[in-house]
Amino acid sequence: MKESLKSRSQNLLDFLNRGRTPYFASIGLIILGFSLVYASPRSIPGFLLFVFAASSIYWLKMNRAVQLGLAVFLAVVLVPILGARNLFYLEVIFQIAVFSALALGLNIVVGFSGLLNFGYMAFYAVGAYLWAFFGSQQPYLLHSTVTTKALNTPFFLAPDWFYLFVFLGVIVAAILGLLLGLPVLRVRGDYLAVITLAFGEIVRQLANNLDKPINFTNGPQGITPIQRPTMPEGVLKLFNQVIQPVVGHRVTENQAYNILFYLIALLVVIAVIVITYRLDDSKVGRAWTAIREDELSAGAMGINANKLKLGAFAVGASFAGAMGVLFAASRTFVSPETFTFLQSVGVLTMVILGGIGSITGVIVGATVVTLLNIQVLQSFSLYLSQLRQSDAVFLGFHWKNLSNQLDPTKYQRLIFGIVLVLMMIYRPAGLLPAARRKRELGGEPEGESLEGKEA
Amino acid sequence: MAAQPTLLFTYFSIILVFRSIVVEPPSFFNAIGNPRTRWHPNHIPSGGKPMRKPISTLAPAVAALCLLLAGGCDKESKTIKIATQSPLSGATSVVGSDIKNGTQLAIEQLSEPLTKMGFKVELAPFDDQGNPDTGVANAKNIVSDPAVLGVVGHYNSGVQIPSSEEYHAANLCNVSPANTNPKVTDRGYAEVNRVCGRDDVQGVVGAQFAKAKGMKVAYVLHDKTAYGQGIAEYFKKEAEAQGIKVVGFAGTEEKANFDAILSPIISAKPECIYFGGMFDQAAVLFKQARQKGFKGMCLSDDGFDSGDAAKIAGDSLQQGAGTYFSTVSGPADIYPDTAKFVADFKAKFGNTPQPFAAQSYDCTAILLKAIENATTANGGKLPARADVAKAVRALQNFKGITGTVTFNGKGDPSLAKYFVIQVTSADPAKWSANKIDQILSIAPPK
Amino acid sequence: MRPFMGSRNLRQLLLPIGQVVVFVTGAGAICSLVMLLLALLFRGSAADQALQATQGVGILVYTFNSLPQVLIDGMTIGFVYAAIALGYTMVYGVLQFINFAHSEIFAIGAFCGVESLIALNKMGVLAKASTMGAFMYLGLALLVGMAASGGMAVLVERVAYRPLRNSPTLVALISAIGVSFALQDLIRLTESLTTGQFYRVIPTFGNFDDRINLFRLGSKVIDIQVKSVVVIIAAVLMLVALNYLVNSTKVGKAIRAVAQDKNTAALMGINVNAMISLTFLVGGALGGAAGVMYALKFTRIDPFVGFMPGIKAFAAAVLGGIGNLTGALLGGMVLGMIESFAGAYLGTYTMGAFGAEYKDMVAFLILIVVIVFRPNGLLGEHVSQKA
Repeated sequence: MKESLKSRSQNLLDFLNRGRTPYFASIGLIILGFSLVYASPRSIPGFLLFVFAASSIYWLKMNRAVQLGLAVFLAVVLVPILGARNLFYLEVIFQIAVFSALALGLNIVVGFSGLLNFGYMAFYAVGAYLWAFFGSQQPYLLHSTVTTKALNTPFFLAPDWFYLFVFLGVIVAAILGLLLGLPVLRVRGDYLAVITLAFGEIVRQLANNLDKPINFTNGPQGITPIQRPTMPEGVLKLFNQVIQPVVGHRVTENQAYNILFYLIALLVVIAVIVITYRLDDSKVGRAWTAIREDELSAGAMGINANKLKLGAFAVGASFAGAMGVLFAASRTFVSPETFTFLQSVGVLTMVILGGIGSITGVIVGATVVTLLNIQVLQSFSLYLSQLRQSDAVFLGFHWKNLSNQLDPTKYQRLIFGIVLVLMMIYRPAGLLPAARRKRELGGEPEGESLEGKEA
Repeated sequence: MAAQPTLLFTYFSIILVFRSIVVEPPSFFNAIGNPRTRWHPNHIPSGGKPMRKPISTLAPAVAALCLLLAGGCDKESKTIKIATQSPLSGATSVVGSDIKNGTQLAIEQLSEPLTKMGFKVELAPFDDQGNPDTGVANAKNIVSDPAVLGVVGHYNSGVQIPSSEEYHAANLCNVSPANTNPKVTDRGYAEVNRVCGRDDVQGVVGAQFAKAKGMKVAYVLHDKTAYGQGIAEYFKKEAEAQGIKVVGFAGTEEKANFDAILSPIISAKPECIYFGGMFDQAAVLFKQARQKGFKGMCLSDDGFDSGDAAKIAGDSLQQGAGTYFSTVSGPADIYPDTAKFVADFKAKFGNTPQPFAAQSYDCTAILLKAIENATTANGGKLPARADVAKAVRALQNFKGITGTVTFNGKGDPSLAKYFVIQVTSADPAKWSANKIDQILSIAPPK
Repeated sequence: MRPFMGSRNLRQLLLPIGQVVVFVTGAGAICSLVMLLLALLFRGSAADQALQATQGVGILVYTFNSLPQVLIDGMTIGFVYAAIALGYTMVYGVLQFINFAHSEIFAIGAFCGVESLIALNKMGVLAKASTMGAFMYLGLALLVGMAASGGMAVLVERVAYRPLRNSPTLVALISAIGVSFALQDLIRLTESLTTGQFYRVIPTFGNFDDRINLFRLGSKVIDIQVKSVVVIIAAVLMLVALNYLVNSTKVGKAIRAVAQDKNTAALMGINVNAMISLTFLVGGALGGAAGVMYALKFTRIDPFVGFMPGIKAFAAAVLGGIGNLTGALLGGMVLGMIESFAGAYLGTYTMGAFGAEYKDMVAFLILIVVIVFRPNGLLGEHVSQKA
């Protein structure tokens, strides 16, 4: 059964990948997905089809230039138009981008160099709080408490410092990554897991507690408002002139900001992907792999393991730092609740679900988990709740009588947990495994495998 | 919309027709001896094995997609939806689920006027997971559904503040049952209201009560959430202004083991411990404080208003100088509306309502009433979202189960009436018979 | 696992008790000494003056007076951590893998124990129970909790870990995280479907809330709650039994053999799978018992109750040297003491600038420092590279 499914899908792929078919299929899919979402902006299958269409650019065999052109057109023209029609989808895509960057960063630490990290959210938090502090009124409120906040406090920095802070976020998070890396060099395996876990927890608690004696983070109240980069008046006007007829209504400033943040996130993600690809193929990437496989042998081959491990921590952290700054600005609000241990585990899950060490896999993982989390399960719950409020009868069962306790959103973690376990048992290398990983876990000994199975 | 399946069908027809004519000629061409690879020099024939007809693979997929699309796009224009956003999963879901349930009960009981006008009122529950990311995404989802005319929600102020930016941008009215953070309404959005008191009102109520009871030394604790910390800070400020000495101020995320925190409290010998936070922590704390020999007064906020507090702490709530809490909903035995709500809630959901369930019932009642008013003003047609928001603000002296509500210009209840209630029984079932010790009315700061 | 020399049964029974005494007094004494030294240093500081003004005692006297109570609190929570940490360490010793779901196994034990007590309470037997009867019912609840947790641990091992036995540790770890998520919601689902709510409160019965006066210190009476005594005695008993099982029985020998080398153990005729199941059974049962004790001590439980104690106990196991039974005890004790001391004194010493909210952080910081300077824990042995 499994085999036949596999050969069937392979057949389908072969069929679609023949000659010029991929061009038509891909463009057709995109047009179809786009028009579906455009026509009914709330249709979930339509949106999923659109996401599928977008991914088809990647897995259909086409001319590189055409692929690139299609992708750019899709990302820069189609998505903003759909986003202006339905902000929710823009948000979903934005979050996919944010989590992809986070997952890719963690992938460098866990996937490439094999260092388990349970406190990854700490770096994200550092980036977020960096801009939250300097991009708000907080520097003037160091000695105030909840009860004494002065009204009309000016902002500390001009909003357009934001762009600089994206880079600062990279640097600061990288430095913090180095700091965490220094003690961590001495420990291995499970001890490493504990240390990073403790580190993540310490950063969160610092954010939660540093409202006294000096009020750096405003404690559990969180920092708000945080500035967004300015949008020159002309831009919105111009944007509206071009896009209003397509979207069908005037694009408000809020919507324009959503699009802006989406585009910035996209830029960051592209940068992250490029850097990750280059690293993976570079001498450094090979060295990381060597360390992951066997640190002693790697050392014997002249690899400076300590330096490279520190590097992995710093690079991984820096991605999260940049996304943190972006997150703070896009939400205009930061509070410690975002940076819990569970979130760190969530990102780790994306990496592993998608395929540890595989760049495409990790992005797929981030996409799947984000979609499940904020779209698919929520909609399913809504659908159930709708059924419950209707008079529908299914096989003699009145939906009205369905217990209120049975809501998929409530049991997201149950579903999630079971998916994780099943994945580990049946597909431990992830949805789209890295080639090396696949061999290592001994799924099927591929013909081209030179290394053979490892123990 | 029936357009979607049609579109889909057209698309696949085009692809298949195109393929069969241009890319891969139909098989009879092969029979004549036309090589398959005629159009594609680099095509590798599939080594003798007859290729499966891809159509057979495609067909079920197409069918499934059409089915999905057909299910996903039916649209009803006569439906009004009230959305809720609260944590339905995770540790805070005890309270979050009951915020949803309060709304559900209100929709079932109070939507009759709208039903008579020919509308169907539906609940659209969302799980914000206590996480701003999910909250904002849900907010955008809610906003994009034109049938949603109001949002009841958020338990965490940390989620409400970023999410309400979205409601504000879409003119969607949000009435909050539980967000006491002053910033929620201080932004001055016309869409954001709350029925609960502000931190800077409730903390003040608590401090004035402590003063009235003759307390001179107080120890203030909170749960390190935006809610608890806010109330505790304002309690401390007002208490000091009233001449009460605050000998300690600390926060803790601890839920079970308060031993370490209690040692310095006991040796500071306060007459009163104030806890800003929810009952699940407060009751455990008070119980352990009593067991450590604390004899003074325990005081808490409306997060303490749950019969389960008595279940946790038992008779230790009556010991010493007693346990008090401030709340906006009066004890059920004296207020028949509350009694009815508690009974109905128990009958429907099987548990006693947690704190903020009554408030969310009221939020929904306010929204339904406002939608009704706006619909009438609109000549029986579905009103615009902005009109609903205006209608909510226009309500005067709306009588709910947690008090009579009129919103001021910022969306705060213009005069919050607080009951300070003394716990009189260790039996959770007799929670509704607790004694009102004081009633304080207090206006929010301008 | 650390092999113990000698096979005299009596010695194996007495040894852990001796260790408990040494560790408790040692950890307590060191923490107290450090604290008193700090108090000496802080004499004349602003904090000292503030204490003089508010409570009429200097910082040294204040510290000294509250020491016994802080020690007792630290010891109690330390024993709870130790009991949970034993479960982590047992599994790690045999499989070299972190059983992330152990905190949920713990929660299941707590729930089953409390549910059985609630059922007893409904039948009315709890209210009428004599002191002895109350202890008996508590023992019953403990057994129920242990059985449930042990059974669940075995089941989890069979379903989620055994198929992954030969995979890299990371794969098994993720599976464990998955199990942990699933179990949390599973408890919640069962509880809320059957009772409408998903948290439980342990019924009040017996004299567990009473306090026993230990001694007088000046005007202050130092006392301890009956339930704290119960927790401590139960934990010590469990430790003794576990130590006996592992070090003095044939089964224990088999477990140790499996821990050292699975293949060779199998060649010697040991049923490796059975031994691993047994390890999970014992570790789970210990976690379950800890869960019931936790519920008894801290009253209210929900499906997410295992998370914090789980992480702390895990930290304790690592602190002591994971895979080492004695280490788990020491780690739990040290962590409990540190937490208790930080919670009690931090606020006073810094005049409220850093309060009790930093107690977890102090515990984690010390954990990091210890691991960095002793990478294999306080009592750990060398762990091979690929551990």
